[in-house]
Formats: sequence, C-alpha cells, structure tokens
Amino acid sequence: MSLLSASVSITRYKVAGKLEAPVLETVGAALKENAISEIDDQAPEKVSGWTSFEKPYQPDFSGSSFVYGAYLVFALRIDKKAIPAKIIQKYFMIESARRLAESSRQYLSRNEKQRIKDHVIDGLSLKVPATPNVYDIIWNYEESFLWFFSNLKAANEELETLFLRSFNLTLIRMFPYTAAHLNADLADTEKDILLKLTPTNFRG
Amino acid sequence: MLDVAVAYNRYKFLGDEFLTWLWFVIDQDPMIFKDMDPDLTSLEIGNRIVLEKRKSKSVERITIKGEDAHFEEGMLALKKGALVAELNLVYRASEQKWQFTLKGESLNLSGFKTPKTPPPESPDDLEGAILEKVFLYDKILQFLEKLYKYFIKLRTSNSWQSRVMPLIKTWMHAS
Repeated sequence: MSLLSASVSITRYKVAGKLEAPVLETVGAALKENAISEIDDQAPEKVSGWTSFEKPYQPDFSGSSFVYGAYLVFALRIDKKAIPAKIIQKYFMIESARRLAESSRQYLSRNEKQRIKDHVIDGLSLKVPATPNVYDIIWNYEESFLWFFSNLKAANEELETLFLRSFNLTLIRMFPYTAAHLNADLADTEKDILLKLTPTNFRG
Repeated sequence: MLDVAVAYNRYKFLGDEFLTWLWFVIDQDPMIFKDMDPDLTSLEIGNRIVLEKRKSKSVERITIKGEDAHFEEGMLALKKGALVAELNLVYRASEQKWQFTLKGESLNLSGFKTPKTPPPESPDDLEGAILEKVFLYDKILQFLEKLYKYFIKLRTSNSWQSRVMPLIKTWMHAS
C-alpha cells in the first residue's frame, strides 16, 4: 500500500538498537543485500525482499535515494505465485493417467501421487509469473520509530523477520502493552501496576 | 518487559478499555483533548463502532456502521458488558479533516484518510509530497500517543477505581 494513497493502514513499531556508523551507508548496503529478486521463470513460489519506494519493480538503492528529509523511505515486496487449484488438478490428472498407462497399473501409491503433484506444481511455477505486493515503510532512524503501511499479519511477520536479518535490529510492534511499557513514560511503580492490571468490571 | 507474544493476548483488554474510555471522554469531557492538542477543533465518533463482549470461550460482536448511524445500540451493548473493540474517529483542525479506524487489541490504524494533498507531478515533487503526507500522518499519530499515555497514566493510578470508573458506569447506565 502506498503511503501516498487516499486511504492507508498503518502498523507502528519501535526500533530497538542502533546501527554502525556511517548509518546511511549501512542501511543502503543492507537494503541492497536483501533486495527482492525476481522469481519469474524460476521454481520458487514465493520470495520477499526490500524494494525502493520510487521504483518498486526496479529496486534502486544507489546513493541516498531512499532518504527523504529525516526519514528512510523504502518498501517490502512480497512476490507470490498463485496457481489455481483447478489448474493443478487438471495437470495432475493428465500426468497420473500417463504414468498409469506407461506402467500398465490401475493405481498409484500415495507417495507417487504426492511426487506427481510436486512435479506438476514445479512445472507450473516456471510458467506462472509471481504477483507482487508492495508495502511502504517510513523509518525515522533518529527517533527509533517505523511505520509499516499494512495491518496484514503475514506481511507484518515478513517485515519483522527480514528487518532483523537485514539490519540486526528488532522491531517491536506497538500494541496496548508495548505502547504502555515503552512509550508512556511510566515510572517503575506504574510499570509494576501495569504488570498486575486485570480487566475493569464496568457492570459490577 | 513481558514476552511480546504473551503480552499481546494478555493485554487485549487494555486497548478495548482505552477505546471505551475514549468514547466516554468524547461524549462527556471533550475539553481534555484541547489540552493535548491546541490545534484540534473537534474529535468525533465517525461512521463505525465495533463492540465485543468476551465470554469464556466465545466473543459476541456487534457492529454499528453508516454515515448517519445512531449509537444507542452500542450503549445498550456497553450496559450488557461489551467494550469498544474498534472505533472510527474524525479529527478536525481548523478547516482540515482526518478520519481513521483504531483497533483496540493492536492499536493499528486502518482506513486512515488525511486532508487531500496534490499528487506529485514530477520526480522533483516527490520529496515534498512524501514529507507533507508524513507530517499529516504524524499529526494524528502523535495525538494518539498523547491520548494513550494520558489513559495509561490514569489506568495505573488510584483515580481509575475511585473516580473514573464510577463516572463511566454512570454514563453507560444513564445514556
């Protein structure tokens, strides 16, 4: 989802830790190293990586192209091949019939069926282009916060994993507990109370 | 700090209590917001409220939506023990309007609309367009952060039990 869209979803994160100086060079190198790679005409069904905000289908992290004012702006791209189940079934049936005819048998074992299915999926994966999904990111390095423009669970999990792998920094999602513990300037006594809170009974 | 995965589920109720308190403050004591954000003209309930009543093994869910929605059914659900799980809000500052839905359990924002900004017409305009959007998002996110901080301070104080909770109960049952 583009941060310039008329309507967006945002998940907020705190970034724990600091990078090695010079920071922009470190970020640029990590983005390049973990940039999205194309899987069209290849067997993998799914791939994820960083891409640039301006050119999501031709990632370019040269110079400070990902720096806008005080913010680092780039995107997570997840490419996935979606092969309709009915197409898999069609080629599975054709291939199964061919193998039965060749071996003059009436049945295939469970393992043989699974191998045929895997073979069919691998073959189709070479022909089907991957569908790209792009999720923008705004990272304020100095203030250690990051906005991810999606609330999708799978996309958020992919972001957290790739971010840790790329920058060796942990993203902490801001939800009721973490926002209270980390962002509300609570004294130690208040944090102790927070740990013991239980739901309020508004009916009693 | 608690393990994040454990804390997410353990403290879902806190987000729902925050949104329920927010509805109460919008209805009963909106001047609180002016102290947090002098630019704010008004904060109103928008076009959607989701309420949930958690039972031991199930969740009862009530959704009220529409531009002219009336929230009496929501009040009724509160009286029966439900809490606000999602709240659509309209924030106004002078002539400008922001609208978004806040989810209690995650504090995520969705359907987040800022005042309109012109699309960039050339690559040279892009940086300006991004920074303008960031400024508009940040305005709401900072306001929400102050609001949540205010709520948490209250929730971890003695005032919650002695003063705020009785007021919210009275509001729920009088409406």
